[in-house]
Amino acid sequence: MTAALPAVPMMRRKGVRLALRYLIAVLLVIVFLFPIYWLFMMSFKTPGEIFAYPPVWYPKSLQLKSYIDLFPNGDAATVLNSLILAGASTVIAMILGTMAAYSLVRFKTGGENLAVWIISQRMVPPIAIVFPVFLLYVFFGWVDTYHGLIILYTAFSLPYVIWMMRGYIEDIPLELEESALVDGCSRWRVLWRVVFPMARSGLFATAVFTFIFAWNDFIFALVLTRTEVTTYTVQVTHYFGGQSNFWSKISAMSVLGTLPVFIAVATLQRYLVRGISMGAVKG
Amino acid sequence: MGRTPDRHFKYWIVAPAIFLLLLVGLFPLIYTLVVSFQRLTMTEADTSFAGLANYIALFHDRRLWQSILHTAIITVIALPLELVFGLLMAQLFLDHMPGRQVFIALLVLPTIVSPIVAGATWRLLLDNHYGPINQIIGFFAGHPTPLLWTVNPYLVYPAIIFCEIWQWTPFMFLILLAALANVDRSQIEAAEIDGAGYWRIFFRIVLRAIWPVMAVALLIRGLDLVRIFDIIWSLTSGGPGTMTETTSVYTYLQGFDQFETSYTGAIAFLIIVLLTIVVTWAIRRMGLAK
Repeated sequence: MTAALPAVPMMRRKGVRLALRYLIAVLLVIVFLFPIYWLFMMSFKTPGEIFAYPPVWYPKSLQLKSYIDLFPNGDAATVLNSLILAGASTVIAMILGTMAAYSLVRFKTGGENLAVWIISQRMVPPIAIVFPVFLLYVFFGWVDTYHGLIILYTAFSLPYVIWMMRGYIEDIPLELEESALVDGCSRWRVLWRVVFPMARSGLFATAVFTFIFAWNDFIFALVLTRTEVTTYTVQVTHYFGGQSNFWSKISAMSVLGTLPVFIAVATLQRYLVRGISMGAVKG
Repeated sequence: MGRTPDRHFKYWIVAPAIFLLLLVGLFPLIYTLVVSFQRLTMTEADTSFAGLANYIALFHDRRLWQSILHTAIITVIALPLELVFGLLMAQLFLDHMPGRQVFIALLVLPTIVSPIVAGATWRLLLDNHYGPINQIIGFFAGHPTPLLWTVNPYLVYPAIIFCEIWQWTPFMFLILLAALANVDRSQIEAAEIDGAGYWRIFFRIVLRAIWPVMAVALLIRGLDLVRIFDIIWSLTSGGPGTMTETTSVYTYLQGFDQFETSYTGAIAFLIIVLLTIVVTWAIRRMGLAK
């Protein structure tokens, strides 16, 4: 009995420590989520509430007018453009990147030099890329087209995809591929039927980031779109004015563009966390 | 299947990726270099050889060097703060606690918000009249504080850095959390038995173990920071005046607002050269080169 006595303050100290950790954790969540809360609430406010002083901390009712305003003139369709561009470029980059990574891993194509050259492509800042690409696209007539931006996003994501998928492909047991080859499968068939399915979790983790990169892009879309394939990020900036900003539209458009990614990430949470940590450990 | 298709297989599967990288990576680089020696503007197709004129002009372009300074200021302040805050948050969530995954899931959200939206959101928050932040400061100060965050030269950098830190600290946090979780516990326990204090263990064992991951995280974030564009665009638009104009913003304005094609080519090339030098140096210093 006496032996248990010193354990009581120990336990209490542990309890206090845990409570303190919770307190800090909750405070952190409040600080980090408050901006997002404010943005979302702003989109549901009436014009009177938006320009109220002192500011209104939550709207009295959920006004959907800011959103409804975005539909008749096609502003909301820019989210669809973002979806098409990010979706298509992600799929293409995953396929081409995984194929290239497979070649680098299994056949040591180009050796270490090729791998280093590929990753060095990512260090060039977009502003240095976008300027000559714009001149090239004017020449091809690719400005303000879907394929123009899809090609650019794909190319910009490829180094990341190749670098990440190398790690995942290395983990696939060689015997699986060999036995498929012995069974008379062609190399292409092995790639589609063995490598891609086996690297599935890696494909998802990498695809989440590839998608978010293209979805969040602003500078490429700003330079290379006019009216046809405007993305939602560019659309948001259209509501900034010299004197006053259209906050109801800015916030509603921002929420429309943010929500799909939040939902996607919520569904793919475990892949996202793994993607970030793997990227640092292996990349 | 015969042997011949097999032998070329490894080239076939790598070719499309290489082709795209050459088209959008190497081609623009070479083209930029060519253009930078000409006298091209968007309105005048003067392709005559200009020699080094554009490059000499770079050295007299005060706005350019100031934009490089602005970019450096933001990077040098934001990067260490993100690292330290990310590390502290990772320490907080390292040990198991009920609901840990939910906290992590919520804290990651700022990172996936588009930077252009992040900038717009902070412009909302920091509005001198309708923004909540001045309200909160005013509440603690006891009197109204109509701070002009995006206009006042002393407040505009803090505004940008708040936004940066808010958006990217969670990214650092996730990476460092994964790194800390991988640290070998037995080494720490052995040091504890030897009577080593918390800080000694942290600097001698933990920090050393997570350094490779930390270095990569710093490199990724550093490269993002030196190209900073979106947040500036929606938060300050480079203002007041050109006070927060970063190199990316200035280059954009030269190319697509002033239409100085050849000169922009020279700027782009200068950026690439400077960045290559700095990154190579950084990779060597951090011991990342194999």
